[in-house]
Amino acid sequence: MIPELGHFALIVALLIAVVQAALPLAGAARDNIAWMSVARPAAQAQFLFAAFAFACLAWSFVNNDFSVLNVASNSNSTLPWYYRLAATWGSHEGSLLLWVLMLTGWMCAVSLASRHLPLDMVARILGVMALISIGFLLFMLLTSNPFERLLPPAPDGRDLNPLLQDPGMVIHPPMLYMGYVGFSVAFAFAIAALLGGRLDSTWARWSRPWTTLAWMFLTIGIALGSWWAYYELGWGGWWFWDPVENASFMPWLTGTALMHSLSVTEKRGGFKAWTVLLAIVSFSLSLLGTSLVRSGVLTSVHAFATVPARGVFILGFLVVVVGASLALFAWRAPRVGLGGQFDAVSRESALLANNVLLIVAAASVLLGTLYPLFLDALGLGKISVGPPYFEAVFLPLMAPAVFLMGIGPLAKWKQERLPALAVRLKWAFAIALVTALLLPLTLGEWTPMIAFGLLLALWIVASGIVNLHERASQLSKAGVGPPLRALRRLPRGYYGMLLAHFGVAVFIVGVTLVRGYETEKDVRMLPGGSVEVGGYTFRLDGFESVTGPNYDGTRGLFTVLRGERVVRTMHPEKRLYHVQQMPMTEAAIDTGFTRDLYVSLGEPVDGGAWVVRVYHKPFVDWIWGGAFLMAMGGLLAVTDRRYRLARRAQAAGESGLRAGQAA
Amino acid sequence: MNRLLIAIALLLGAAAAPAAEAPAAADPVLEQRVARLAAELRCLVCQNQSLADSQADLAIDLKTQVRELVRAGRTDDEIRDYMVARYGDFVLYKPPLKATTLLLWTGPFLILLIAAASLALYLRRRRARLADGGLAPEERARARALLDGDREET
Repeated sequence: MIPELGHFALIVALLIAVVQAALPLAGAARDNIAWMSVARPAAQAQFLFAAFAFACLAWSFVNNDFSVLNVASNSNSTLPWYYRLAATWGSHEGSLLLWVLMLTGWMCAVSLASRHLPLDMVARILGVMALISIGFLLFMLLTSNPFERLLPPAPDGRDLNPLLQDPGMVIHPPMLYMGYVGFSVAFAFAIAALLGGRLDSTWARWSRPWTTLAWMFLTIGIALGSWWAYYELGWGGWWFWDPVENASFMPWLTGTALMHSLSVTEKRGGFKAWTVLLAIVSFSLSLLGTSLVRSGVLTSVHAFATVPARGVFILGFLVVVVGASLALFAWRAPRVGLGGQFDAVSRESALLANNVLLIVAAASVLLGTLYPLFLDALGLGKISVGPPYFEAVFLPLMAPAVFLMGIGPLAKWKQERLPALAVRLKWAFAIALVTALLLPLTLGEWTPMIAFGLLLALWIVASGIVNLHERASQLSKAGVGPPLRALRRLPRGYYGMLLAHFGVAVFIVGVTLVRGYETEKDVRMLPGGSVEVGGYTFRLDGFESVTGPNYDGTRGLFTVLRGERVVRTMHPEKRLYHVQQMPMTEAAIDTGFTRDLYVSLGEPVDGGAWVVRVYHKPFVDWIWGGAFLMAMGGLLAVTDRRYRLARRAQAAGESGLRAGQAA
Repeated sequence: MNRLLIAIALLLGAAAAPAAEAPAAADPVLEQRVARLAAELRCLVCQNQSLADSQADLAIDLKTQVRELVRAGRTDDEIRDYMVARYGDFVLYKPPLKATTLLLWTGPFLILLIAAASLALYLRRRRARLADGGLAPEERARARALLDGDREET
């Protein structure tokens, strides 16, 4: 009964979506207030029905209803309840339902937080989002019904893929999808602006916090995925340029470009057409990512739950969405104004150059991801495009972008003099350079790549400090008081920018040092044996067997010593999951501020020995720490006063207007 | 415990034998080279993992082969050629430069060139339009026509 209710709720949600797309869009075109007013309640109702459907599926999973095909294929009665809950989105069908839940959730949020927006704008935004929702609901109902029954019911389920039985599964997909789907809001804003012809700095101010919020979720989602791969897959890597990783990284790159372009549109009224194009591209890449992952065309470590036949629908949907929005763009964009004049050396130029680099990087990632597919499809042979290619392409593009990150925020809008800029930044550059050249000598071996990586990171930090100092003393001169007090007057959006840029620096330090100084040993060990890695001695004391709720395994007992001193014990496991008979590596990780120790068990070999992998990874946690700081920078920017003030001012204006009309 | 060990050993099949080759205290310089090569080579039976990362039978076998070839004094290129001769270009994570991959390797630079060129072009046009008061050529023509019309009337 419950699954049927869920199925029914999805159908109702689809009907609501049709109404929500048709009436408000038509109403906005014909200036019919009653029709436009349908948008908000419809969006909220659609969210309720999607949430109800999701709850029904979750209920079926948690209560082990193996008469539902989806549950029988992806869960098991011995699975702990939190993984049964997470299994709701572990399958293809379930993850689509999560997609729709997120989409309607964002819709509902827009309907609630848009009191300050003109009605026709809200109608168009929610109408466009409903169009997307129709596509996904149809896809689900026609090809991938999550509530399909299995008769007779299975006695027990086939279990969730052991790789996914991890706390990461509970949180990574929802975060990632929040980001992916969040770009639909920026997309809907852009399309609404093209339809309505309203594309000014007020529009940018409305659209900006939504974009930043989506970007923040995407950043956290990607970082969590990377961290999860790091500890779960057992080989200590944190990014493999796997097609599925690339699928989430491309919208991140263009989304980053979009955030920066929006700042120019808001502050200077420029880059309007470009901003709209980026919004379209970012969401299209989110859709492409979903379709790549879901259509099963990729050979990748993430290739669970894939059925190629469904790819046709989602690819068709992608073509329609991208084609229609680009056509609309080509038709309406030429009428968009130009914005203010700016010189070749100015903050606008720096942001534009950064944008171009980010877009070229995203395009290159796309090229590298799709190239083997095309080559294979054309019968020109099978090739692999892996980390060596992406690194060779990516680093030369990102290095100048990072260099510009130091200059852009300091350059004046409109016009800047290069010599003056050089004078302001010369100390920052000198200090960064000298430190970057000397620092590797104290850390270990000196290599040009390490020094260069540190230079980039230090350059961001040093130029950020110069920036903060200048802003504070300017304010202080303007009569706010001493510089320290002026610091408190600076807007949160500004601090958000500094924090996010600082996060990039932290990230670069992590990547540089872990690449430069990590040590790895792959050895055969007997109980009593020991191995030395990165100044630590790992002693294998023995093995014990473990029994989990749905697996058995072997646990290695390691003692880590530094000289004679015992640092800690570590217990990596090798598990064999009952249902899918799949061996899994559970690495033991000692997380530290300046290094991780990482031990994972390989396989047993003759005479009671095991192959063991031991890693010493300096500063590896800075990679995810940096990503987290970037996300927090985004959060700080979203809570900036001016968005709240704008909202309040608008609300006051509206009520004043209403009062005036009443009088 | 023992039964489990046997189960795992059976499951992993032949993995146990070549894995015994894993070095306990082998030559670190040689191992570094092996590791670098193994990171560039694809484990052909895995979803998307390099030889260095994979623990599959085939990966361990191939890694052992790489180690033997290094030990036999072959150069990195010779070892890569050896693998390609047996498994095709698919085994290389860094695709070789040839006719079919020309676009892959030159693509990013072409994209950058096109992007930079169109940006420069756009900026020049933009500047020209702004200097004209922000009007497109056809708008300018219309404005001029209107102005001229006015003049004739007066």
